[in-house]
Amino acid sequence: MHTPTTQARPSIYYTYEVFKPWLASEHPQQSRQKVVIVGSGPAGMVTALELARHGVASVVLSSELQFSQGSRAICFTRRSMEILQQVGVAERMTEGGLPWRFGNSYYRGQRVFRMEAPHDADDRFFPIINVQQQFMEEYLHDACKANPLIDFRWGNKVNKVDQKDGYAVLEVDTPEGVYTLESDWVVAADGGRSGIRSAMNLEMEGASYEGFFVIADIKVDLPLPTERLAYFDPDWNPGNTILMHREPNGIWRVDYQLPEGETPEEALKPESLKARIDAQLAMIGHAGAKWEMDWSSVYSARTLTLPDFVYGSVIFTGDAAHLLPIFGVRGANTAFQDAQSLGWHLAFVVKGLASQKLLANHSAERVGAAREIIEEAGKSTRFMTPPSKGFRLLRDAVLSLSLTQAFVRPLYHWRTSRPHEYTHSMLNSTGDDNGLFKTGPAHGAPPQNVRLGVNDFLLDHLGGGFDLLYFTDAPAIPDALQQTIQAARTQGMPLRVIAVGSPTPVTGADTTLADADGHLRQRYGVPANGGAYLLRPDQHICARWLTLDATRLQAAFHTALPQ
Amino acid sequence: MTHTNSVTSALTIPDLETVYDTLATAIDQAGQDKASLFLVKLALLNANALANADVFQAHVQAALQDL
Repeated sequence: MHTPTTQARPSIYYTYEVFKPWLASEHPQQSRQKVVIVGSGPAGMVTALELARHGVASVVLSSELQFSQGSRAICFTRRSMEILQQVGVAERMTEGGLPWRFGNSYYRGQRVFRMEAPHDADDRFFPIINVQQQFMEEYLHDACKANPLIDFRWGNKVNKVDQKDGYAVLEVDTPEGVYTLESDWVVAADGGRSGIRSAMNLEMEGASYEGFFVIADIKVDLPLPTERLAYFDPDWNPGNTILMHREPNGIWRVDYQLPEGETPEEALKPESLKARIDAQLAMIGHAGAKWEMDWSSVYSARTLTLPDFVYGSVIFTGDAAHLLPIFGVRGANTAFQDAQSLGWHLAFVVKGLASQKLLANHSAERVGAAREIIEEAGKSTRFMTPPSKGFRLLRDAVLSLSLTQAFVRPLYHWRTSRPHEYTHSMLNSTGDDNGLFKTGPAHGAPPQNVRLGVNDFLLDHLGGGFDLLYFTDAPAIPDALQQTIQAARTQGMPLRVIAVGSPTPVTGADTTLADADGHLRQRYGVPANGGAYLLRPDQHICARWLTLDATRLQAAFHTALPQ
Repeated sequence: MTHTNSVTSALTIPDLETVYDTLATAIDQAGQDKASLFLVKLALLNANALANADVFQAHVQAALQDL
């Protein structure tokens, strides 16, 4: 019998709702599911919402009865907001969030590095926005609840997953006991301590770092802007690093590294937390400031990934698939990209629009992304928590030099999470004009957003299927192209055509964007009428042409949906 | 590699002698606890002035020999 706590979690700023458990006895017998998602964090819920967008139903199982404890993930990147916009929660994130773009690193009381993240006039979203994870989960859950294709089950804990021939059987424990659930596909979105991963004895590749960090949320009134603050080797914590972020609702995140040899249990003792937070506040000029603890935890940096995300009927995603260090805000931001990718790849396989090669592609692309992140985040981690004497000497030398020598200061950059470019994806067209473009997003790249008008951006118009951007000022899409598009749609391919460059609606296009000043055309590097881009359902580019013809469009469709 | 380098950027003997004394004195001045830190800072400054990661790599390999 699984008995999740029915006590609302404590929080200064968030009122937890305790949901009712889903009980098998209150529902009719169910046949085999298409997709069961284990875990209701950011990865699980975005996967469910993306699947539903493509018309595929799923069951989401959450072992708890409420959202996650503590703020956990707080910094969400522009690309994450673009993904959340696709599943309908970006507005709520924006309303409650604190956007920012500057970061500062301090050593011996001197600001030795300032990062200014670029904010293009063509971007709808800031480089980063701070929102506590409970709010983000609430917004996603509301979207799931409103969607008839998502069967959300609180208080359902998966004990066991048995793989059969082409499907899996799950043993699910609830407050009234166990029931079994069959599903063609199981998405393991059960987090960093994935029980499914452990039960399958899957080995992750990569490194674990020894340094522990305390992560604490405190309510405190500090007259400081929303910017990232990093302090290296302060007097109160010699050799170690402290990070601070402003969160909404008067909360500040304080992360500090523990001296070597100290255990997490020692570090989380109230008197230890108090002494250190007081010392940190004193160091930044706010000695004696009144504060209240909301939540604290301990973590260590890891850069680990599964070498494959698909094992029979089980697909791993988010933290269940990889463990990434927080430096560079890699956890939830990577999970959103995983889930967006998985949503459409899996939906197209479930709907029979492509073979299982498409899932192999998902795995290859996202394992590639995880490895790229591990490479990048490994650099930040080795600077923040030097793993050996040599790395510590180099880090300390850089700190010391940075007071007077500008050339070392870029080493403070923590390499913020960015979307992976699927440059060598098997879905990229081989016979298009990708190499001939002088600018614009290339094969596998995420799209470049473009401001079209007041509160109107290109990405507002894309998503939910493939999008063909066709640049023309003619009154109609050429007949041959229209026929190819129609044929693809007849076979079930969701495809929208967006004509760019005509003041009046173009025949054969679902939407026409006037682009009167030619700005969109210029950002996409299209020199003349007849140029085109094909975007996948995750908005990454899979083909682009200086002059599109029907044969090459057909070839691109064929490559994008392997049979 | 070593050949090119020695031709293009060799110190004169008097300069080499000066560097020898300067470095020895500075290591003593840094003190036992800080000597390594000092040498790493110096290596980074020199590497930046060198502006060539390959040459730096070759210097690292040469310095690792016969320890």
